Amino acid sequence: MFRFILSRLLQAIPVLLVVITATFFLVRAAPGGPFSAEKAVPPEVIKALEAQYKLDQPVWQQYISYLGDLVQGNFGPSFRYPGRTVDELIYGGLPITAELALYAMLVAIIIGVSAGVFAALKPNTPQDYVPMSAAMIGICMPSFLMGPLLVLVFGIWLEWLPVSGWGDLPGDKLLPAITLGTGYAAFLARLSRGGMLEVMSQDYIRTARAKGLPEWVVVLKHGLRGGLIPVVAFLGPAFAGLLSGSFVVETIFQIPGLGRFYVQAAFNRDYTMILGTTVFFATLIILFNLLSDIIAVWINPKLRHQVQGGS
Amino acid sequence: MSEPMTLDNSFQQAEKGTSLWQDAWIRLRKNKLALFGLGVIVFLCVIALLTPFIAPYGYEEQDLVLGASPPSAAHWLGTDIFGRDMLTRIMYGSRVSLMVGFIATGVALIIGVLWGTIAGYTGGRVDAVMMRLVDILYALPFMIFIILLMVIFGRNILLLFLAIGAVEWLTMARIVRGQVLSLRRQEFIEAAVSLGLSRWTIIHRHLIPNTLGPVIVYTTLTIPSVMLLEAFLSFLGLGIQPPQSSWGLLISYGVETMEEYPWLLIFPGLALSITLFALNFLGDGLRDALDVRSSKD
Repeated sequence: MFRFILSRLLQAIPVLLVVITATFFLVRAAPGGPFSAEKAVPPEVIKALEAQYKLDQPVWQQYISYLGDLVQGNFGPSFRYPGRTVDELIYGGLPITAELALYAMLVAIIIGVSAGVFAALKPNTPQDYVPMSAAMIGICMPSFLMGPLLVLVFGIWLEWLPVSGWGDLPGDKLLPAITLGTGYAAFLARLSRGGMLEVMSQDYIRTARAKGLPEWVVVLKHGLRGGLIPVVAFLGPAFAGLLSGSFVVETIFQIPGLGRFYVQAAFNRDYTMILGTTVFFATLIILFNLLSDIIAVWINPKLRHQVQGGS
Repeated sequence: MSEPMTLDNSFQQAEKGTSLWQDAWIRLRKNKLALFGLGVIVFLCVIALLTPFIAPYGYEEQDLVLGASPPSAAHWLGTDIFGRDMLTRIMYGSRVSLMVGFIATGVALIIGVLWGTIAGYTGGRVDAVMMRLVDILYALPFMIFIILLMVIFGRNILLLFLAIGAVEWLTMARIVRGQVLSLRRQEFIEAAVSLGLSRWTIIHRHLIPNTLGPVIVYTTLTIPSVMLLEAFLSFLGLGIQPPQSSWGLLISYGVETMEEYPWLLIFPGLALSITLFALNFLGDGLRDALDVRSSKD
């Protein structure tokens, strides 16, 4: 197990390096400097600015010093917000985005898994069709449509919930979390239904029933553990999806999180900000994929033996 | 001679086998939802192709006096703030949305099938290197990269096709490689090798046709996710740019004015959702009909 984790960690390093290098040179290759949009600035000022942002050095030197800064956890200054660093912007927005992603994940897991398990208990009956059709709607209704529709109905027409903000008014976290979580709830419902269907036809489930255990113990204790393996494997990629989903949701609900910063940086051509957030997101996503791989091996005895036998 | 023919028993009748495709079609025909999906897709494609001839109004035709009006007999889906007919705009939008869906999926299809077949058939070190590359690319956060590309190189529709296609080929390559690995040990490939056929002939004449089932299923399921990606980027203002129009762009305009004119959000939203619905149902139906085991990788 330890060797498995170590080898996966070592594999993540080249991937990270590819991400950082590709992003760095893409951003440097972008047409137009970060200051070219500004009004006519005296050449001395441009020189001074370029020196301040190390743009007067050759590209490879910039790359090396950027890598050096990164290792120390320093993402550099922002081009757009003078006096602020990318780190400050990231750490300011991160807790908000993390909270939003957490709530969305809770919505997704609670609704999705229970709907999927419920549907799998009586396959090909209305108990199966109704939640699964709802899941299909959830999958086909993108967050950028779901969000505005929820705002329209619950915020504007019914006036039950605030239409925007984060932590300013009671209940304003509900709509963003639901918007972001619904698509994943639908996906998790399909995954957990598939997983449960496969597990519930296994011999050990029959054994558990033959022992005379009550049905809920069979389902919750014996069934869930095996049936949820596909769900766990999906959580890593789902996290990546939640991050990009936060771009839309934070824009719609005007939440001052990382996703909104990223979209704004993209529009403002704030290159250091784009570079910093891309590297940061990429690191997070790679780490979460790693984590979900490790958890998948840890809870699945079959994979665990493969890993131990193979290494 | 013709007299006894009619009395023939069934054993002597010319054998009429059911091919894999006929068999799949028979199974698909029983699946009402999948057929509904197929019908919707065909209908949409016809509409999109004929839009310049059958659209009720011109694409740029404005009626500033009318302004935004709710659905009526003259404008079935209402008009936007410039008095432009919503039905016409949605029809023109369908052309871009569907085109992105099909072309980007086509890019993914070509790269993925070739990559997977070559890796799987060549095997050995080549396979290891090629699939390792796929693994690395898999780990990259592509959504962020597409946004980055669109920001840096401008919002160009051709780039959008390439960028989306470049993301979606990875899974295709994995599926095809898996198929080819199991196929290449079978006798008909051995026979082709012993006949002295060239490697390329074996690949395109014998291997690729046999991987079609899973490829078709995955393609049908890729189209909706590509369309969703395009709509997502257009919604953020990073995809299709005006004066061109796509459903994602129409939705993002609709959101701005949804309080006063909700139909401007609801109708393009419906168009996108129904299309995604239809494609997903068709894909699921095809998966059952072609008996492809659903697997994530």
